[in-house]
Amino acid sequence: MEQLTALIIQKVPALAVAPWAVTLLLIGIVAFIILQFAMVFAGFGTYLERKIAADIQGRIGPNRVGPIGLLQFLADGVKLILKEDIIPTAADNHLFRMAPYLIFTGSFAAFVVVPFGFSLIAADLNIGIYYVMAVTSLVSIGVLLAGWASNNKWSMLGGMRAAAQIVSYEIPVGMALIPAVLVAGSLSTQDIIRSQGGFLGIFGWNLFHNPFSFFSFFLYMVAALAETNRTPFDIPEAESELVSGYNTEYSGIRFGFFFMAEYADVFVVSALATACFLGGWQIPFFNAASLPAVWANLLSLGVFMAKALALVCVIIWIRWTLPRLRVDQLMRMSWKYMVPLTFFNFLGVSLWVLIFKGKGIPQLIASIFG
Amino acid sequence: MSATIDQTALPTQEMTLNMGPQHPSTHGVLRVILRTDGEVVVNARPDVGYLHRGLQKIAERNPYGSFMPFTDRLDYLASMNCNAAYAWAVEKLAGIEVPERAEFIRVIVCELNRISSHLISFGSFTADMGAFTPFLYAIRERERVNDLFEEICGNRLTYNYCRIGGVSADLTDGFLGKVKEFLDYFEPKIEEYNNLITYNKIFVGRLANVAVVSPEDCVAYGLTGPNLRGSGIPFDLRRDEPYSVYPKFDFKVCVGRGEKGQLGDCFDRYIVRIDEMRESVKILRQAIAMIPEGPVMAKVPRVFKPAAGECYFRAENPRGETGFYLISDGSANPYRCQIRTPSYVTMNIFEKVTEGLMIADIVAVIGSFDIILPEIDR
Repeated sequence: MEQLTALIIQKVPALAVAPWAVTLLLIGIVAFIILQFAMVFAGFGTYLERKIAADIQGRIGPNRVGPIGLLQFLADGVKLILKEDIIPTAADNHLFRMAPYLIFTGSFAAFVVVPFGFSLIAADLNIGIYYVMAVTSLVSIGVLLAGWASNNKWSMLGGMRAAAQIVSYEIPVGMALIPAVLVAGSLSTQDIIRSQGGFLGIFGWNLFHNPFSFFSFFLYMVAALAETNRTPFDIPEAESELVSGYNTEYSGIRFGFFFMAEYADVFVVSALATACFLGGWQIPFFNAASLPAVWANLLSLGVFMAKALALVCVIIWIRWTLPRLRVDQLMRMSWKYMVPLTFFNFLGVSLWVLIFKGKGIPQLIASIFG
Repeated sequence: MSATIDQTALPTQEMTLNMGPQHPSTHGVLRVILRTDGEVVVNARPDVGYLHRGLQKIAERNPYGSFMPFTDRLDYLASMNCNAAYAWAVEKLAGIEVPERAEFIRVIVCELNRISSHLISFGSFTADMGAFTPFLYAIRERERVNDLFEEICGNRLTYNYCRIGGVSADLTDGFLGKVKEFLDYFEPKIEEYNNLITYNKIFVGRLANVAVVSPEDCVAYGLTGPNLRGSGIPFDLRRDEPYSVYPKFDFKVCVGRGEKGQLGDCFDRYIVRIDEMRESVKILRQAIAMIPEGPVMAKVPRVFKPAAGECYFRAENPRGETGFYLISDGSANPYRCQIRTPSYVTMNIFEKVTEGLMIADIVAVIGSFDIILPEIDR
């Protein structure tokens, strides 16, 4: 950011009087772009979800607004904005209003460290993974608030379930990401991706680095599904049990915020999995740094989005295939299976990195053949 | 699996939760008053009656034949069965001999309707368990049954097809061929459902050992139909108290086997319905092969006045024993018409089996009993 500010001031000397304004403006622009991306993706996500669901269920799905229904999400968005914003009289007004923003902020803030491309990242924080874990925790507070403030017993049950679930599954999610961090030796998402490049192509990915990291990917996906409250772990909004869970009382654009946050979460989860295990934006057999900057960024963005969207599709596919677990089964799964397994993995990867000096199986094989 | 409440833990307050009459998975306007300790249900009391229409009184105020459309509204997912049960009851009361072709037609439509009813039961049950896709598969198949019914009686939900002494119209040309076509299409689908959801680990985990009803309780509380057979009691009126042309068919009475857990749990009740669809297909194939030619309506006087007397007739409907108790005083209207509906009787055991379950299990119990509200409230 400082470099960019300096560059702009160098180009337009008149701005030198207020360098902070330039920085602020830049931050604003980046935030706006990411917000737009998150919103459009959320819209596109709903479209994708409905289309895939329709295909799975032998239906047609949205096909009225725009070509093959592509603009359906705009119509839905307009509808949500125009709808009356109902706040129940018995609700805790301030908390009720605040909850959607907290949730949306939590999932939106995670986009800051999503590495879209070679140099396309809002802020390459040196605590990237940690930061994501921290800001997405905000969601659980929001969900709990929404459930409590609605003053509806179903909402409260949903909120309680969600909080318990998110808190429980944060541990396996974090622990499942550790292998990538250990291999790269850095928490920065960009560093993790850079460590997966090289001449090995897809075998440079952390997924194939060692047995533990391979296993970690699947553990992460399962735990992340649970953390984003998607089927088969969607007990907080279990429609057939809790009516609609913590967002029962919400309407209009406030409900839209919950909706967007959910899809933003799905994307963040897929993006993190891509970055940590599937080589992120690494273009197989190409060194992005050797290409012209524009091409490197465009190509790497394409690669990253393709991988992330494929994972999003898998998550949607799972949702429309599996039934839902019960609360106690969900908790048992977290504490009895996921947490011990992820700790075991953590130990395994640590030992691996220590013994083989950070080299993965493909690298070791490659070194045998010279 | 009942969760136990640890008495030594912090004292907690019970919460009263009103499930329904508007709730996505109470299958209509059932209201369940839940007293819960967190997620654990201490007591679940069903409150029925939101759909009471006084059908039994209506029956007394109408001639025998005019009550037929009302029986459609008893169990709208199995109208044909209710139609036929009422017709059989009146025929038993008046001693009317029904042409054999009409009886075959009744059996064919009843079994088709049993399939479509069990499909809805299967579909909505899986939807309650969080898997929405099988529901749409079930609806897709049911649609074809509806098309068949539309062809013979013009209606898709409330058929009003049976008449006292026969059925309203003969089968259309090529109808039996279409039924055959449907059966060929449908039979492999049952296997598909089993692969898709029945033996899914999560699904089994949600149903096995939940809400176990012992065979003794089943008998004591008067459960009938798949709910009774789910507990391992092979009792089916079609076989054990044969009526119509059912003795001519060879079919198996499906019972729960305690496959995945204790005998009589939700999974057993579910699997009985899946198996019964197969048996219905078997009956239909035999019926299509055996159906004779002939009239479809007996000679019944226009002003129909059965001699004074009374009778009780019960038929095996998709949800269990549906019985009509009719008293005639020799006039054109029944003196009394008492209807015994299986779902209503099933509700008696609800409070007992739900004790100590989780809230999510309540949904599973409602789904596994396959209750239908208009039948509970009449």
